[in-house]
Amino acid sequence: MKDILEKLQARREEAWLGGGQRRIDAQHAKGKLTARERLELLLDEGSFEEYDTYVTHRCTDFGMQDQKVTGDGVVTGWGTINGRMVYVFAQDFTVFGGSLSETHAQKICKIMDKAVQNGAPVIGLNDSGGARIQEGVASLGGYADVFKRNVTASGAIPQISVIMGPCAGGAVYSPAMTDFIFMVRDSSYMFVTGPDVVKTVTNEVVTAEELGGAATHARVSSVADRAFDNDMEALAEVRRLVDFLPLSAREAPPCLPAIDDPDRIEPSLDTLVPDNPNMPYDMRELVTKIADCGEFLEIQEEFAKNILTGFIRLEGSPVGVVANQPMVLAGCLDIDSARKAARFVRFCDAFNIPILTLVDVPGFLPGTAQEYGGVIKHGAKLLFAYGQATVPMVTVITRKAYGGAYDVMASKHIGADVNYAWPTAEIAVMGARGATEILYRSELGDAARIAARTQEYEERFANPFIAAERGFIDEVIMPRSTRRRVARAFAALRSKRVERPYKKHDNIPL
Amino acid sequence: MFKKILIANRGEIACRVIKTARRMGIGTVAVHSDADANALHVQMADEAVHIGPAAAAQSYLVIDKILDAVRETGADAVHPGYGFLSENKAFAEALEQAGVAFIGPPSGAIEAMGDKITSKKLADKAGVSTVPGHMGLIADAAEAVRIAAGIGYPVMIKASAGGGGKGMRIAWNDEETREGFRASKSEAAASFGDDRIFIEKFVTAPRHIEIQVLADRHGSCLYLNERECSIQRRNQKVVEEAPSPFLDAATRKAMGEQACALACAVGYASAGTVEFIVDGDRNFYFLEMNTRLQVEHPVTELITGIDLVEQMIRVAQGEALSFGQKDVRIDGWAIENRLYAEDPYRGFLPSTGRLTRYRPPPEGEAPGGAVLRNDTGVYEGAEISVHYDPMIAKLCAWAPTRAAAIEAMRDALDAFEVEGIGHNLPFVAAVMDHPRFVAGEITTAFIEEEYPRGFGGVTLEASALTMLARVALGLSAVEFDRKSAITGQLRAAPRPMARHWEVAIGGQHAKLGIVQREGGRITFEDGCAMVLDWMPGRSLARAQIDGRSLTVKVAPTGQGWRLRWRGAEVTACPRGLRAAELARLMPEKLPPDTSRMLLCPMPGLLSRLEVAEGDAVEEGQALAVVEAMKMENTLRAERRGIVRKVNCAPGDSLAVDEVILEFE
Repeated sequence: MKDILEKLQARREEAWLGGGQRRIDAQHAKGKLTARERLELLLDEGSFEEYDTYVTHRCTDFGMQDQKVTGDGVVTGWGTINGRMVYVFAQDFTVFGGSLSETHAQKICKIMDKAVQNGAPVIGLNDSGGARIQEGVASLGGYADVFKRNVTASGAIPQISVIMGPCAGGAVYSPAMTDFIFMVRDSSYMFVTGPDVVKTVTNEVVTAEELGGAATHARVSSVADRAFDNDMEALAEVRRLVDFLPLSAREAPPCLPAIDDPDRIEPSLDTLVPDNPNMPYDMRELVTKIADCGEFLEIQEEFAKNILTGFIRLEGSPVGVVANQPMVLAGCLDIDSARKAARFVRFCDAFNIPILTLVDVPGFLPGTAQEYGGVIKHGAKLLFAYGQATVPMVTVITRKAYGGAYDVMASKHIGADVNYAWPTAEIAVMGARGATEILYRSELGDAARIAARTQEYEERFANPFIAAERGFIDEVIMPRSTRRRVARAFAALRSKRVERPYKKHDNIPL
Repeated sequence: MFKKILIANRGEIACRVIKTARRMGIGTVAVHSDADANALHVQMADEAVHIGPAAAAQSYLVIDKILDAVRETGADAVHPGYGFLSENKAFAEALEQAGVAFIGPPSGAIEAMGDKITSKKLADKAGVSTVPGHMGLIADAAEAVRIAAGIGYPVMIKASAGGGGKGMRIAWNDEETREGFRASKSEAAASFGDDRIFIEKFVTAPRHIEIQVLADRHGSCLYLNERECSIQRRNQKVVEEAPSPFLDAATRKAMGEQACALACAVGYASAGTVEFIVDGDRNFYFLEMNTRLQVEHPVTELITGIDLVEQMIRVAQGEALSFGQKDVRIDGWAIENRLYAEDPYRGFLPSTGRLTRYRPPPEGEAPGGAVLRNDTGVYEGAEISVHYDPMIAKLCAWAPTRAAAIEAMRDALDAFEVEGIGHNLPFVAAVMDHPRFVAGEITTAFIEEEYPRGFGGVTLEASALTMLARVALGLSAVEFDRKSAITGQLRAAPRPMARHWEVAIGGQHAKLGIVQREGGRITFEDGCAMVLDWMPGRSLARAQIDGRSLTVKVAPTGQGWRLRWRGAEVTACPRGLRAAELARLMPEKLPPDTSRMLLCPMPGLLSRLEVAEGDAVEEGQALAVVEAMKMENTLRAERRGIVRKVNCAPGDSLAVDEVILEFE
């Protein structure tokens, strides 16, 4: 018996070494950790339970029958993050460059199936050279098997991808369909076609980092939700994100002890909105002063900075925040910000996370670039996302809520449950000046009269009370008590239920 | 007694005057510009009058507007504070004519002391020690030597038309005087076409020590001892204390009596300050007299127990001083730190903006028998505007001894939270820990000598880092407990926290083991015990480590903590042993190379360019203003450099990432 136990131990140790010490050293030299090291950091100490340790590929072409490494380039299983269950897979670059074989894909599919069945998130750590070329179409089939499961799992369980090495070609579409993509700067990249092909086809000369590095995807393409300096940082932040997410759509998001007083008053918020309506202010200050412990986990911080999206907690429970940011582009809506916010709203709604919307929006960004780019349909995505959301929704208008953007930003009309406004709110079709110039076009030559008309319009509409008179605003609140009001509103909405008519699924303007 | 006092000032001094007036049962009127509509002094006063736009020249400095406000509110007295109209003779006269009391000296005294040369002559006549020198023409080197010997070495030989160090020599003996005279004369002739030379005493190791005087209109004039204000940056006082660690009783008395003599000579009646320069041998020389309440007056109040504003009001009312010179005591020691909205890491560049967080330590009694006082004109959420002095607050610590006062000040600075703008808190904290300051061995050149290349932050010693490592681990333990209570866990039993830890802090790796944890109390493997008072979300952590108590500013960084203490800032990452091992494999990343260009961050209109080609810019300096969606966005320099090329002009429409400026 002792003998058999020793044999098992020996086999395990062999498997744990992956592609061998030389390749492990090479991985380290690139500033990257190995698959198993990454899982150690991602999961609670000692919680990882590995499946399919001894799986090997079945390929016999190109001499592959002589090259077999247990695990076949991916480590799969489950473990816990702060005690909560997650399924994981981590591609092992030290084994065949982490390339995806038929069996490699089967391992991933296995844990994904379990995750959907048992209601726990899937976290994938991607570090793979691509398809196992020796296997040909078997490998491609493997990818598609994973894709199909990504789609099935979407909205059922949270799916998180961390790109920690190469991820190119078809491989990108699995992460692309997950809920969040985190990337590591300088050691990861994602693209459909790499720099060599780009050069051949379009004659563009570009590095892998420029084409598909973390900075590119976090800032320019918005493929990545967050970017980090190294593996460790990225994995620590995945843990932090998981703490905000429910295990599945069947469950409520997790709660932490409510240690921060929900009645906390923030007098400084009374002066957050500057006297001059054209001066920006940092909406992030409002978010952090509303949040429990000032904690705000921002998603897509570097992209479409004119809107903020991310998670906070109120009385210990997660809340998704969407907020116009007057510091950038005056907080206007445009293609990028609408897309960013729409996807975030839909994630929150899918996973029972209430949504807090903070509004200071002067309208949609004008211009040919926007219209040609389809701002109509992209803007409609956000409108659609809010309109279909059934989670508790609370909206606070701090300053401008002009025109169609007022409607879009979780107005009463499209389904928000509680709509508050600060006394500084201006809810109107447009700014006073623009409105006057249209209403009194014949008087445009007379500056004094226009000024008087503007003043008149301002007095009539540059306040929250016209909207409040109609019940579009439930209450005008003191800025200082925003946290208390918002926390109470969400508390009152805990048992919200919405019935929807039968449909197969909606047809969001993609 | 006056019924209503109008304070013709703003900021902390207006608030300070209001406090005393209120205590005396006198009504208060604030005046304010557009920019100060929400200011603290406006909130504190019984009444407030708007006096114009933000620029002081169109509001606080306009005598007529103040007079209108006086008439409108029926105030019967005006306190001018410091700065603005406080030493303006015309203002004092205008009030006199309007039959309103000026809470300050007679206009004659303001005028007499307002001019440097007149005041020096008057001081000389009143028997006040002035810097010895010869103002007349000097014929030749021999006469120069004679004069220098008469003054006493060392002397400074200066070109009359001089400036920028040209035509200036310091001489320590006859020979150097002869040489210096010839050199200065020829240099002066060459540089300025004017070879007139004069000689005056060169003050070595100069200290700025000033005497507070208080006089009434009945012939009584007292000195309320001295304040030492040697810690200055470009002639701006930063740290003041009373008494001076340098003066002896005899010098103090001599300075005090001379200051009173000068005050009497000009018919002074109110609080005033006679400034002296004091050399290494305690020779003192008159600099100037300030005919107003001084910024740093609180330290005098703390050691004498006399409310100077109250005394000014009583004197202006015509009351005689109710105490004599023998009643003026020196009780304990007081230190004042001026907190400025100036970023010490960016060459003390003024920083403006919103105080997103402003939490001074509580005033009143502090541990160790100390007393804290904080004179301020701001509050959390207030704006530090570009229009006025960038002072945020004057933090004072009093204690029975100088050492205890310094210690109380250090603790108070640790607990003082200012966020949202750059400020000099880390710098003054560094000064409080500087051995020369602690020893009292300071001169007006202290900052130049000790921080010749500016302030680069504080480096902590290994023992201090270990202490902070314990704090960081304590914070992580609290956070661990919080996260361990999350709902939806697989197993019911809580996970225990690991025993062995390594804290990466300031380039060090502190290995710490936790033996026991109970509430906020942690016993470490090495026998050290810590009690930590902190909750997630709080920005101050208080710790007792082996009997030593410290207050640390903390902020989570994701992987660890940013800790600020005693002017130093460090990040501390507590990790389990395995994680620590893996952390060593992480590549060191240099901060990204921000390109040498200023790019337009948004489509918009370039409304202003603040720099031109060839300009040297400091980090954080405003470069251009881009208007987008009717909002003005100020673009600032990310680092210091020289503008090589300007690609755009105001009025240009810019696209995202369009290059506005290029740097060398």
